Amino acid sequence: MTRGESPAHKEGCSAAPPVLELQDLAISYFTRAGELRVVPRLSVSLGHGEALGLVGESGCGKSTVALAVVRYLGRAGRVVGGRILFEGRDMAAMGAAELSALRGRRIAMVYQDPMASLNPVMTVGRQLMEVPMAHEGLGRPDARERALRMLDEVKLSDPAMLDRYPHQLSGGQQQRIVIAMALIAEPALLILDEPTTGLDVTVEAAVLDLVRELRRRHNSAILYISHNLGTVVRVCDRVGVMYGGELVEEGAIRQVFGNPHHPYTRGLLDCLPTLGRDKHTAPLRPIPGQVGSLRARPPGCGFALRCTHVDPARCVTVPIPVEPVADDPGHRVQCLRAAELGRWQRPRRVAPGTAAGPPQPIVLAVGGLRKVYRAGRGVLGGGGTLIRALDDVRLSAPRGTTLAIVGESGCGKSTLARVLTGLEAATAGSVTLDGEEIGNTLVDDRPIALKRKLQMVFQNPDSTLNPSHTVGYAVGRALRRLRGVPREAAARQVGRLLEVVKLAPELAGHKPHQLSGGQKQRVAIARALAGDPEIVVADEPVSALDVSVQAAIVNLLSELQRTRGVTLVFISHDLSVVRYVADHVAVMYLGRVAEVGPVEAVFAPPYHPYTEALLSAVPVPDPDDQRSRILLEGTLPSATEVLRGCPFATRCPRKLGPVCDETPPPEQEPARGHRIACHIPLEELSRLARV
Amino acid sequence: MTPPTVETAVEAAVGPAVELSRAGRIPRRLRVWARRVARVVESTPATIGVAIVLAWVLVALLAPVLAPYPPNTTDPLALASPTPSRAHWLGTDHHGRDILSRIVWGARTVLTVAPLAVLGAAALGSLWGLSAGYYRGVVDLVLSRASDIVLTFPVIILYMIVLATFGSSALNIILVLTVTKAPIIGRIVRGLTLDLREREYVAAAKLRGESALYVMLVEILPNARGPLLVDMCLRMGYTIVLIGALGFLGIGLPPPDPDWGGMVRDTYGMMSVWPHMALYPCAAISSLVIGFNLLAVGLRELALRD
Repeated sequence: MTRGESPAHKEGCSAAPPVLELQDLAISYFTRAGELRVVPRLSVSLGHGEALGLVGESGCGKSTVALAVVRYLGRAGRVVGGRILFEGRDMAAMGAAELSALRGRRIAMVYQDPMASLNPVMTVGRQLMEVPMAHEGLGRPDARERALRMLDEVKLSDPAMLDRYPHQLSGGQQQRIVIAMALIAEPALLILDEPTTGLDVTVEAAVLDLVRELRRRHNSAILYISHNLGTVVRVCDRVGVMYGGELVEEGAIRQVFGNPHHPYTRGLLDCLPTLGRDKHTAPLRPIPGQVGSLRARPPGCGFALRCTHVDPARCVTVPIPVEPVADDPGHRVQCLRAAELGRWQRPRRVAPGTAAGPPQPIVLAVGGLRKVYRAGRGVLGGGGTLIRALDDVRLSAPRGTTLAIVGESGCGKSTLARVLTGLEAATAGSVTLDGEEIGNTLVDDRPIALKRKLQMVFQNPDSTLNPSHTVGYAVGRALRRLRGVPREAAARQVGRLLEVVKLAPELAGHKPHQLSGGQKQRVAIARALAGDPEIVVADEPVSALDVSVQAAIVNLLSELQRTRGVTLVFISHDLSVVRYVADHVAVMYLGRVAEVGPVEAVFAPPYHPYTEALLSAVPVPDPDDQRSRILLEGTLPSATEVLRGCPFATRCPRKLGPVCDETPPPEQEPARGHRIACHIPLEELSRLARV
Repeated sequence: MTPPTVETAVEAAVGPAVELSRAGRIPRRLRVWARRVARVVESTPATIGVAIVLAWVLVALLAPVLAPYPPNTTDPLALASPTPSRAHWLGTDHHGRDILSRIVWGARTVLTVAPLAVLGAAALGSLWGLSAGYYRGVVDLVLSRASDIVLTFPVIILYMIVLATFGSSALNIILVLTVTKAPIIGRIVRGLTLDLREREYVAAAKLRGESALYVMLVEILPNARGPLLVDMCLRMGYTIVLIGALGFLGIGLPPPDPDWGGMVRDTYGMMSVWPHMALYPCAAISSLVIGFNLLAVGLRELALRD
């Protein structure tokens, strides 16, 4: 079955009712402050064997819809209008017994955090066998047989897996088990709510491929919920874009992502960094404003306040109907002006340009950096195992440029940030800032001038600002400490600094809980800029933000770099963002640098095999994406193991042989400043296809 | 005429947007507090708790007005029949002292000693827990074992020794309660600190060169206040019971000041004949303890809602 061509949803084609049909569904949460209509009206249907993706930013109501389908809204939530039909039967009319017979058997769910779905005190096997035993009355041996078959399908063929406990599995394996549990009863409908959000990109790619393959085999209909537009493309035929609880656009993947009609869909696609965009050639266009309060929803279009195409006379006064797009059957959009907007142009994938400007002096240099933790140490410091978080890391950053550190969880990128900023001391090696050695000095022992030079922006907007302090205090305190600004003058400068990060100076009186995630991150940037730093280390500064906000923050960082000449050390797991912001990239794997070089060089052959796999795993919301996918098999060696050879050897799809396991890979230099640590000859790496 | 903008169109449709920083005549700080107090009403246990505690606070404050007699005057006429009567609503004790007046005046004692002891314990315990949780390692080891030692010591015996040695006075009771309660609060604060010290705003404070004391008191402690407040309310209840027990054991506040525990001790021998003499002070202790416990339950409930 090709994407978007599923016959089931073509009208009049089949007599069987769709697996799931939502008719004018309306959902409210009843809070202390009154009723909150999170989903005003939503209609969608899902045919047999079809996969529908619901995408949208946080708070758009996509998970609420999924919970409503299985009637798990909790005490505060209630369906206040419309109908939910499962195989033609109204779910609202079903009793508790009927519902519980449906759940797990006919409707199965997979949630974001696999550890929360698995019982930690039961073996995986028992949990898997429980499903057919409870729902179909199967005996133990038969159930075990089924569980083994299912394990095979999710590519965990080892029968010993059945006797493991959830904590003994990796995150990707856990999610596979949860998917196996969901599919073991052959449900008619499988609901996947952000199933890969907590996983690394290479693991995510494997899970998505698995879902797609299983879908073909089991013919379950899939309702796939995600904030990531790229993952939807890999799993679904159709996609619905949600904003403010409404389905603003719906259609086949090709229709919606290839020819988006709603301004919000277009905005999402425009502000998404993709592997072909960088800050010099194709700047991101963030969606202005932020998701508005549900309480102040205008009667018309919920997106009106952020829309660049809004017509105040029409868009906000009357409810907007969902209308089919002319000449595009199956494509529906909820926008009065959709037909007037003209065809959308995908941001061009530009040919990588050559590095602009004259070479700058190196401001930050890292050499032979090693950080070893001792785990399980006794009180007096004896015993314990060694964890090599950083191993012989060599990097350098020219002044005023962005050095991105990219890698999956556990690769040591955050440890590197902590060592650079002095929150931890290096075990060996050197870090020099303007020629001054700082690697072994903890932040408390660094002189104030050095603290000023090196500041940090953190990952989690909810923990980066002290909830007890106002914005003005947080930024003002940094000014007073780092620059010795007197209290009265600090108050004035806070306002100016807030303007630099494009916030209203009035926000100085606000506490963090009154701010959105993006605003908090801007305050954190203002705080870091207070001392006029030379280097800002940003540890995943946008990974917790919605895409429309992420684009604005990324642009802000780039702009500040241009205007203030700040050197950025940008740590991220997201290759698209890195491609966009970075001038130089270091790809890290298990505490070592696998590949480092100018961004155009790293993102083009010759690749390190790990870089190649990472790049091929990045989900891209482009229906015409033709990249070949390299799936990584094998397991990550534990950080406590002493590795003699290449750390990537256990998972490398291009492994040469025993040499990879036994000899440390040589460093090859295809061009000045571009280093690849790999045994494979350069000529061969250069012949790799571009991904 | 200017064409309508989106904002004006939306405003026309849904009314003006709520302004975040409305400059009112009431100072901001005051409004914030008013809002916080108003939120207590959202929890039924908290409301009842506040009502009981506030009622007792009022009784204590207005004792000279409310009490029908001075607490220590005896009424020889009542000795014949000390049971509740029109002259003595709750009756008199075996000396002919009015029980109602003694309970009212006794509220003053207990509501001075208990809060001071709990505040002292909270201050000492917070410093204790902050240091242990922030520095970890050897500091934590020493402080935690020290608090274990204090906690393993039989409290009542400790009180008897201390109060017998230094004499029984309100100050000594407060001091001894402070020292023995501090480790419990210290443990709670230590646990919170271990978590809060890993927050990114603590790292940010270190990056701008803040002292350890600043980080502990300004960055960490304010964010531990929720659980701390709940525990202080619970601790108030326990402390009131303990003060009652001390009074009952005869090592409470020195006579003749009315003390609820002492009132029970003086009269429990006559329980079979005149139960009211001991039961009314007991009821006073219980109601105040229940008040603080309900307040603690309610505060926890409100904290969980956020």
